[in-house]
Amino acid sequence: MNFSIYRFDPDKDEKPYMKDYDIELEPTDRMLLDALERIKILDDSLSLRRSCREGVCGSDGMNINGRNGLACTTPLPGLKEPVEVRPLPGLPVIRDLIVDMTQFFRQYHSIKPYLINNDPPPETERLQSPEERAQLDGLYECILCACCSTACPSFWWNPDKFVGPAGLLQAYRFLADSRDQATPERLDYLEDPYRLFRCHTIMNCADVCPKDLNPASAIESIKDMMVKRTV
Amino acid sequence: MTIIKRKFDVVIVGAGGAGMRAALQLSEAGLKVAVLSKVFPTRSHTVAAQGGIAAALGNVTEDNWHWHMYDTVKGSDYLGDQDAIEFMCRQASEVVYELEHYGMPFDRLENGKIYQRPFGGQSQNFGGAQATRSCAAADRTGHAMLHTLYQRNVRAYTQFFVEWMGLDLIRAEDGDVCGVTALDIETGEVMALLARATLFATGGAARIFNASTNAFINTGDGLGMAARSGIPLEDMEFWQFHPTGVHGVGVLISEAVRGEGGYLLNKDGERFMERYAPHAKDLASRDVVSRALTMEIKEGRGCGRDADHLLLKLDHLGADVIRARLPGIREIAMKFANADPIHAPIPVVPTAHYMMGGIPTNFWGQVVAPYKTGPEEVVQGFYAAGECACVSVHGGNRLGTNSLLDILVFGRAAAVKIIEDLKKNPHHKPLPGDAADKALARLARLDSQKDGENVAQVTATMRKTMQAHCGVFRFPDMLRQGVEKMGEVAKRARQTEIKDKSRVFNTARIEALELDNLIEVAMATMVSAEARTESRGAHARDDFPQRDDDKWLKHTLYFSEDRRLDYKPVRLKPLTVESFPPKARTY
Repeated sequence: MNFSIYRFDPDKDEKPYMKDYDIELEPTDRMLLDALERIKILDDSLSLRRSCREGVCGSDGMNINGRNGLACTTPLPGLKEPVEVRPLPGLPVIRDLIVDMTQFFRQYHSIKPYLINNDPPPETERLQSPEERAQLDGLYECILCACCSTACPSFWWNPDKFVGPAGLLQAYRFLADSRDQATPERLDYLEDPYRLFRCHTIMNCADVCPKDLNPASAIESIKDMMVKRTV
Repeated sequence: MTIIKRKFDVVIVGAGGAGMRAALQLSEAGLKVAVLSKVFPTRSHTVAAQGGIAAALGNVTEDNWHWHMYDTVKGSDYLGDQDAIEFMCRQASEVVYELEHYGMPFDRLENGKIYQRPFGGQSQNFGGAQATRSCAAADRTGHAMLHTLYQRNVRAYTQFFVEWMGLDLIRAEDGDVCGVTALDIETGEVMALLARATLFATGGAARIFNASTNAFINTGDGLGMAARSGIPLEDMEFWQFHPTGVHGVGVLISEAVRGEGGYLLNKDGERFMERYAPHAKDLASRDVVSRALTMEIKEGRGCGRDADHLLLKLDHLGADVIRARLPGIREIAMKFANADPIHAPIPVVPTAHYMMGGIPTNFWGQVVAPYKTGPEEVVQGFYAAGECACVSVHGGNRLGTNSLLDILVFGRAAAVKIIEDLKKNPHHKPLPGDAADKALARLARLDSQKDGENVAQVTATMRKTMQAHCGVFRFPDMLRQGVEKMGEVAKRARQTEIKDKSRVFNTARIEALELDNLIEVAMATMVSAEARTESRGAHARDDFPQRDDDKWLKHTLYFSEDRRLDYKPVRLKPLTVESFPPKARTY
């Protein structure tokens, strides 16, 4: 099978280039990651991040034939050849398929991604009804792979100012949690021309999410909360 | 050679559940903590845990920690240390409530309490009816837990060194541990990180096997570092083979599937677990179920063209239960087995999953090794928690949901102990002159090696050897040959060559360094397994099918430098309750 892979070593290469690989696959190679691992046996200089190989750790987000996804859950059959594999767009490349995610995580951290509840904790669990808990479904499952934020033109333009779909999905995860008490502060933080309102509902985020989550809809929900508190 | 040094109060290697639970405690206590992780913390392998965390909350059925303790002792096939098991089970409810207070999105019951489900090996009233003890967030409990712990650490301003790999332990002349040498993967730079306390939380190493549920990163780095610096490894013959890894892929299918009512079938459509465990059936302990699957395949009742797997049926649970309680399993089955479990069973085989052995510790997370005064002598400045440690709460076989509990309880306990110890110990030890020599020598060897073998090839040989010679059932000849073959593989591993000698994010170099650690783990496993002439928990010898308490109710200690074995007694005396004496183990 034919692959064309983005290569760049900052110590060696003046600029990035695409390198072609034609490799023999084994019947057990089902996902793109299997093929990349096979290429790495032949050319150990190919660098990529990967860990769980089952789509839950979020390490191997990359751009596959023009679309962001996880290498470990992208089946090889059905990929148009040569399969073009590039790093996630919009973030600085450290090397080959590895991007610098500092900006992405800075935005995630900016929304205070933790439960805020200043009451003294009870002896046992805080109660939450199944319906209240269901509000977190489709939000807490995020694996921080950055496929969504790096598919978002608004994030490309303003990665320092726009929180981006992944960060906003998590912002809503805490806004939606019946146990969290910081709704006003959270909304105050997001009430800003950039942090939230740079989202122009282009919907790339929901389109590429490998976990089938919908950041765009979470962003809409935050906007609704903003509107409701002003009236 | 001089290298850059940095000083901290505590260095933690590993940012999974145990490392992050400890980090949280230490950061909140105001200590200067450095947490090293090969991957961004939320990518640690805790993220892949599915079914739940054990705690006798009694939210669904009556329960108490003493019953949980009994189940854990029995599950361990009496090799677990009963003081540590009591310690863990007594604290279970508290650490789970704490996690809930941190924001963990547990599923809920109608009354608003934490949802609990049945799991294997858990009983009420000391071996009576099935208990409902596993606290769950759908089938993504590990993911929810790991993210919650990371989030809480963000709140506590914990300092993470992301994409750093620990290389070797630094020990002072008197043997005290004073930090680690580590590699910044992004820049290729080596540093000495000095600490008054060093905590290993480096997780598992089931990547020594060919078929494994484990992530690529699970290469036993902590065990390798410990073994190379003279610390023994405990009970390394005990590896859990999870009964339900996806056939041909290895990806885990949670025991929660059987907890929710799913069951296993052979090619005749027979629910064969009824023959092997008439009482607990599909919810018998994992070692029991994995042996049953292996027997079914061996006796020709496997499914598929090659009769090499069994089927896990859950369609009878109905689409609603599967969508609500097992959504991650459905996703995995559809992606990796082309089977939607709402309609079709999942093809499964026993798959290497969990290391019961590890770095020997007491229940405060202090590393202990025989030095002068006996096997429980504390190695000053050195702590370990989670899968890399052998406390031992899991003994010969771990119960499902006890690993997430283990990492919380012992991550916290180690941190509490470190805080106490550091009060008595306000100064860093002077750094020995040769602190970084070992690590730098390994790196120099890799940089200068010519005409060596490909790392991936040697790794593949190791995995095949371990799989063939040290699997679910173990045979005397195979083990003897296995020790020899592993000796050969270890020699080859010392002459590997990487073509890529670059500096920045050189993952070829990382994989070569990981192989050093895998080899330590694999060697320890094979040698320990060859010597233990009994069957206990997950260690099933074809030539010695019975447990032999007279000879073998003891822990193995393996020393890397001369591949020597030693043994130490099992701690049968709990902290406050009566001991559970060994008895026949049936489910």
